Amino acid sequence: MSTKGDILLSMRGLRIEGQSDEQWQEIVHGIDLDLHRGEVMGLIGESGAGKSTIGLAAMGYARPGCRITGGEITFDGIDLRTSSEDELRSLRGVRISYVAQSAAASFNPAHRLIDQFSETPVQHGVKSRAEAEEDARVLFRRLKLPFPDTIGNRYPHQVSGGQLQRAMTAMAMSCRPDLIIFDEPTTALDVTTQIEVLAAIKDVVKEFNTAAIYVTHDLAVVAQMADRIMVLRHGNMIEEGVAREMLANPKDPYTRDLLAVRTYAKDDVDLIPHETPLLKVENVTASYGGGVKVLHDVSVQIPRGRTVAVVGESGSGKSTLARAITGLLPPESGRVMYEGEPLPVALEQRGREQLRRMQMIYQMPDTALNPRQRIREIIGRPLSFYLDLHGAKKEARVRELLEMIEMNPDEYIDRLPGELSGGQKQRICIARALAAEPDLIICDEVTSALDQLVAEEILKLLQRLQDEVNVSYLFITHDLATVRAIADEIVVMLQGRVVEQGPKEEVLTPPHHEYTDLLLSSVPEMDPDWLDRLLAERQLAKT
Amino acid sequence: MKSIIKLFIEAPWSARFGFVVIFVYIVLAAFAPVLTPYGESQIVADAFEPWGGGYLFGTDNLGRDMFTRLIFGGRNTIGIAFLTTMLAFLVGGVAGFIAATLGGWMDQLLGRLVDVMMAIPTLIFALLILTITGTSIPVLIVVIALLDSTRVFRLARAVAMNIVVMDYVEAAKLRGEGLWWIIWREVLPNAMPPLVAEFGLRFCFVFLFISALSFLGLGIQPPTADWGSMVRDNATLITYGDITPLLPAGAIALLTVAVNFVVDFFLHKTSGLRDEH
Amino acid sequence: MPQLVKMVAQRLALGLLTLFVVSLIIFLGVELLPGDLTQAILGQAATPETVAAFRRELGLDLPPHTRYLEWLGDIVQGDLGRSLANGREISELISWRLYNTLFLAAIAAVIAVPLALVLGVMAALYRNSLFDRIVNVSTLTSISFPEFFVAYILILFLSVNAGWFPSISNVGSEMPFWDRVYRCILPALTLTLVVVAHMMRMTRAAIINLLASPYIEMANLKGLSRTRIIVRHALPNALAPIINVIVINLAYLVVGVVVVEVVFVYPGMGQLLVDSVSKRDIPVVQSTSMFFAGAFVLLNLLADMLAIVTNPRLLHPK
Repeated sequence: MSTKGDILLSMRGLRIEGQSDEQWQEIVHGIDLDLHRGEVMGLIGESGAGKSTIGLAAMGYARPGCRITGGEITFDGIDLRTSSEDELRSLRGVRISYVAQSAAASFNPAHRLIDQFSETPVQHGVKSRAEAEEDARVLFRRLKLPFPDTIGNRYPHQVSGGQLQRAMTAMAMSCRPDLIIFDEPTTALDVTTQIEVLAAIKDVVKEFNTAAIYVTHDLAVVAQMADRIMVLRHGNMIEEGVAREMLANPKDPYTRDLLAVRTYAKDDVDLIPHETPLLKVENVTASYGGGVKVLHDVSVQIPRGRTVAVVGESGSGKSTLARAITGLLPPESGRVMYEGEPLPVALEQRGREQLRRMQMIYQMPDTALNPRQRIREIIGRPLSFYLDLHGAKKEARVRELLEMIEMNPDEYIDRLPGELSGGQKQRICIARALAAEPDLIICDEVTSALDQLVAEEILKLLQRLQDEVNVSYLFITHDLATVRAIADEIVVMLQGRVVEQGPKEEVLTPPHHEYTDLLLSSVPEMDPDWLDRLLAERQLAKT
Repeated sequence: MKSIIKLFIEAPWSARFGFVVIFVYIVLAAFAPVLTPYGESQIVADAFEPWGGGYLFGTDNLGRDMFTRLIFGGRNTIGIAFLTTMLAFLVGGVAGFIAATLGGWMDQLLGRLVDVMMAIPTLIFALLILTITGTSIPVLIVVIALLDSTRVFRLARAVAMNIVVMDYVEAAKLRGEGLWWIIWREVLPNAMPPLVAEFGLRFCFVFLFISALSFLGLGIQPPTADWGSMVRDNATLITYGDITPLLPAGAIALLTVAVNFVVDFFLHKTSGLRDEH
Repeated sequence: MPQLVKMVAQRLALGLLTLFVVSLIIFLGVELLPGDLTQAILGQAATPETVAAFRRELGLDLPPHTRYLEWLGDIVQGDLGRSLANGREISELISWRLYNTLFLAAIAAVIAVPLALVLGVMAALYRNSLFDRIVNVSTLTSISFPEFFVAYILILFLSVNAGWFPSISNVGSEMPFWDRVYRCILPALTLTLVVVAHMMRMTRAAIINLLASPYIEMANLKGLSRTRIIVRHALPNALAPIINVIVINLAYLVVGVVVVEVVFVYPGMGQLLVDSVSKRDIPVVQSTSMFFAGAFVLLNLLADMLAIVTNPRLLHPK
């Protein structure tokens, strides 16, 4: 399985530099890579690992602001580093092609899909226009696009994200290349859409025996796609090997950490039925201006000291629910009850004490902290604003809070957010929320923007803090692994409605609601046979 | 001070040139009475005396010392343009921040008002108002500042719009902070770099605009010295090949070039707004 | 397509509304006349009788809304009233000056637009090259120059020293076409220099912005030739921003003529406006302002409409 044919692509000691603040710094430090014909190599790593940069280097291409400074790149006997622009051009699109992360941005908005598809084979003289169009229909059908005969006449903005990603794969296939670079092709998609795209890519790559480099941060995805896996970190290779062997028996501790990341799960707790829940959302309906309802009759209860996770895909209304609760988007009907008392619907009508008891943490720690304020001021402001702490008392409390989030006060208290890592910034956000001594913290996708290992640390921290100060969490997420890790109760949302809710154990064990089932089964697992098995099961269910 | 010197050293030659020119202009304007041999509107000789002799650049159409008038003209024109720009930023900046932070009907109201004001070309609008109000320096400052504040409003609003969608501003709103705290503590510090650059560009625009008005005889009125009207008063000399009228015109050009070079460098440095993406 | 029609109609309505508001502002200008302005205009000759007569002349004795509607109605019918300074029909004063101004602006545009586009696209394609840097510094410099400075430098070198062109562009209505063009060269050149700098910088910025988009990288990775990437992938998308740049600068050009006309004593609308302002000839100021503002509004309207109709998302709705 691991060696399918002779070596197609080989990199030796590849070094790439990137420009930051007008200075060149090495971001890829001597990578060796061999790819055989018809083989799929998964490049995996967290942000800053250099995986996309290496993928593009396989086409002899460096993005503006990057440059290849050392090593050899040989494709089928051709030295890409010494090839002229014209020689590279004759390879690109024909023998090596590229599938980008964001298909919506990578298709030219001014031309029809079919024109963009035909361009490569026609311009390179591989096919005539008529042949190319015929081939497009074949590939569109093969990739299970709806209306394969006519979809090519549409413009990119007329086609959905998952379909565009498949159309882009078809475009990459148009000259039947020897090698395709897939650069995180499913990262921007919802899990249920991801499945379709993964299946289509896997199928077509196998069909034409195309070699591929599959770049992703998601080990479970790469497990489905790759014959071999290379783990990267900070531009260095950590481990490389046959996919199944590595997944079964990882050698490097870093790989082991990556593999273990989704297995963390909170123990089930007994839910003591409180007289009154801390927060009760009753039949809330809400819409943004224009009358399109985004929440339909939603009811949710949050017990004290527990975590309620709201799961759903994009457009499910889960973030809108948070906005309705906080009063940023006053609901049209329905009530939000706090300890049995109705809260004023709009933010402006709520008193300072009411605001204090409900805090929020955001998805992007980068935008949640004012880049011009120091940590002391960021954490200190709620202390003086809500609790009237000033001077030495305030300073002492800020330090105490920093200790609670496991950051050394002496080192960090005078820093600006720009001088912290992503995980550290999220910790500061947690400290800012805790400073108000709230009863409830709303966590809106707080781990989605973080690398998996960092995300897990944050989840563990949140859990520890809950045990210490008995705060409740309303945890909004699209990621079921996160739900397993943190939730006591689960609310599943679809198109603005709650489709299922209950204690974690109950929701996660069958029988599920139909949509919950789809959602649960679509989350990739580490098992390399998972995708094939799932598709077979779904096929079976259909017939 | 140290940081200014450091900035100066790392700047490219064009920006360094700009810094030096601006510095010289400020010194000349500040010490005008000390540096000049005659009074601002003192008639010292016959009209159009040649260069040299007691008069470095000769005399003007009324026999006043050209060199003296140049220095005072700079002091007046720069001073008025600076005041006008400050006023425009005060009005436009505050309005822009309020529109962006409050949103809703306030944003709509201010936005439509500015749209209408900007639908009329500034020069035409200014001429129209000046016909009615007459030209005096306070009127000139207020009118031009108000017209120019529309552009400041647009920029301040656009910059602030990018900031108010940030989660830290929402966090402040959720905390219960008031409007002024949000504008002053959350928005303003993050809006500074583009606004500082825009201040330079707006200053150039206002400065050129006042000069143009004066050149048309509708700006700063005699006997106050100013570069625009000095060009106009002595323009006939050019047809005899005498470059004297180019001196005030060149003085205007030199300052705006200098400011533009510095702004260009600043923009490049803070965000690469103009070039790299 | 209905969405497109709706947007164009909306924009058109907004443009007409803007014109209406502009006319209101221009009219209200007179309304705001401080009481003693009549006195100031009439000067020493102001007796109570002459002041009253003058107010009657301006129609100040009628209620404002009646006067506004009358004034607007007259303008729409082409009757602009009479000049206070010499009692001539304003429409007569304006008509050949308007032609002159448009003539001058047209010549400047014919030179400036192609030049600016070529320079801008080249600077963007050869970004950070020596050519780009030279163009960047020289356009930055020329933007900073007051128009009259450019004008007098041109006069000094091309007229006084070289003697190639006249320093005064006194065109007559009977003058043959090429003679007229010849006399317009210096003012047109002045306008060109000022506008090219702006237009070129905006073009460059628009193209650079475009070249950074992911679909251009994709086109590169499809192995397409440089020409094909520019012609097929960049240009169709550059059309909207470039049209915008051109129209904005044409609007700028129409207003920019004011100073240039004064320098070259060119008998156009700009000069008429400046003269009338210094004479406080209010009806003429109102009419000329209305023309300038109207041209400006219409050009901006055109830019918006072209941007709408070149947007593929609107041309091909879902």
